Amino acid sequence: MTRDARALPDHPDFLWRNADPKPSYDVVIVGGGGHGLATAYYLARNHGITNIAVLEKGWLAGGNMARNTTIIRSNYLWDESSGIYEHSLKLWETLAEELDHPILFSQRGVLNLAHNLQDVRDSKRRVYANQLNGIDAEWLEPDEVAKVCPIVNVSPDVRHPVHGATYQPRAGIAKHDYVAWGFARRADAYGIDLIQNCEVTGIDVSGGRVTGVRTTRGRIAAGKVALAAAGHTSVLAAMVGLRLPLQSHPLQALVSELLEPVHPTVVMSNAVHVYVSQAHKGELVMGAGIDSYNGYGQRGAFHIIERQMAAALELFPVFARAHLLRTWAGIVDTTPDASPIVGRTPIEDLYLNCGWGTGGFKATTGAGWAFAHTVATGEPHPTNAPFTLDRFTTGALVDEHGAAAVAH
Amino acid sequence: MQLIPCPWCGPREETEFHYGGQAHVPHPEDPAALDDEQWARYVFFRDNPKGPFAERWAHTAGCRRWFNAVRDTASHAFLSVYPVGAPNPLGDGSRQGQEAGA
Repeated sequence: MTRDARALPDHPDFLWRNADPKPSYDVVIVGGGGHGLATAYYLARNHGITNIAVLEKGWLAGGNMARNTTIIRSNYLWDESSGIYEHSLKLWETLAEELDHPILFSQRGVLNLAHNLQDVRDSKRRVYANQLNGIDAEWLEPDEVAKVCPIVNVSPDVRHPVHGATYQPRAGIAKHDYVAWGFARRADAYGIDLIQNCEVTGIDVSGGRVTGVRTTRGRIAAGKVALAAAGHTSVLAAMVGLRLPLQSHPLQALVSELLEPVHPTVVMSNAVHVYVSQAHKGELVMGAGIDSYNGYGQRGAFHIIERQMAAALELFPVFARAHLLRTWAGIVDTTPDASPIVGRTPIEDLYLNCGWGTGGFKATTGAGWAFAHTVATGEPHPTNAPFTLDRFTTGALVDEHGAAAVAH
Repeated sequence: MQLIPCPWCGPREETEFHYGGQAHVPHPEDPAALDDEQWARYVFFRDNPKGPFAERWAHTAGCRRWFNAVRDTASHAFLSVYPVGAPNPLGDGSRQGQEAGA
């Protein structure tokens, strides 16, 4: 039989099966973003658990995984944060080989600018803390900043002059979609069901133990349920009467049109709420601070973008003629100490991975690793042991507002 | 830019306002009597519903007065505004919308 010349070509091979839900699984992961997919992958790879469903209410990796600014770094202040973010960064460094999938991880370094004397003191303190934890970090004076990133305006006569910066050379960016697809493809190869268009509408608990979930595609029994739903975690937790110290906010970002390579690194500025890199394709990728109010609308206010662009233009005068192509928002779940919550809940066999706020992408690998360990063994991995729900009662907070780089 | 209906000044642009988070969170009547768990609840735990939410706003660049509003966190639309001290239109101020429906 000859093929009709007018017919469309066959679809290329799918990276994963589009599975339908089975009646029961050992582990149900709620949320098919980066963290959920990584958790599924590491449950199979590290713990031999493959009877898993990943439930996604929309399409795979279409939430914050598709909306972040892809910055990867580990230069946080406290030992607890260094543990999990540096473990993540080490996993990123071998992830392409690990998944046998390109993720375009480019270790182009990150500059965190200091704009006043207090910034300088805080930044140096963070550099020293990083060095004590074996993390590559150095303090750069303004002329050294200009050598790393020549397009940054380091002249002293601007509203927020650059007094120096912390520099982490091993930091960088990756292609967010490829990361999600790489994890999804390998999880699928282990036989894990990735189920899209499947929204969880209820969580069944019996005798203090979770027994399954109700979804728009029917009830699914589960030995364990692991929540990895970022901004919507509070909505899921409320289904079982669990109240969490989370507030969901819109976080906006934007891209310019495609440009020739002009920006060699990643630049972040805490004081003026802007962080900028140039994606492989050529667009400038910029993130803003969160919108002040609670919101689930996946969009934010225009004045936030306006303020962010003003700051970006002062720092990078060369951007003045670039056109804005697109803006969007994701919903980030912020905690009072700007650190995540990863671990058990008061309900048996119900596990939480949330509160990553504005910085979850960089932790996709390490959070997946630690969360998989917690779900598989019932005990936290050393890297997530400090990030319990209990810490808000005990007072053992891990305050990372300074290093989180985006005001919560 | 969203217009916010200040109960005293009328509709003004969002940039004139400051957000104050959840409304109707009373200070403990006898703080010394609280245990750590209860303190944690008061200090760190707030409702986070998707839908109508009673919250505080201040018209910082206008009349500089605080007021309360019910706003839909899914659509960001303001449903009503009312003075501080008036009862919560959503009913009991604690755990609104969270455990009940959502």
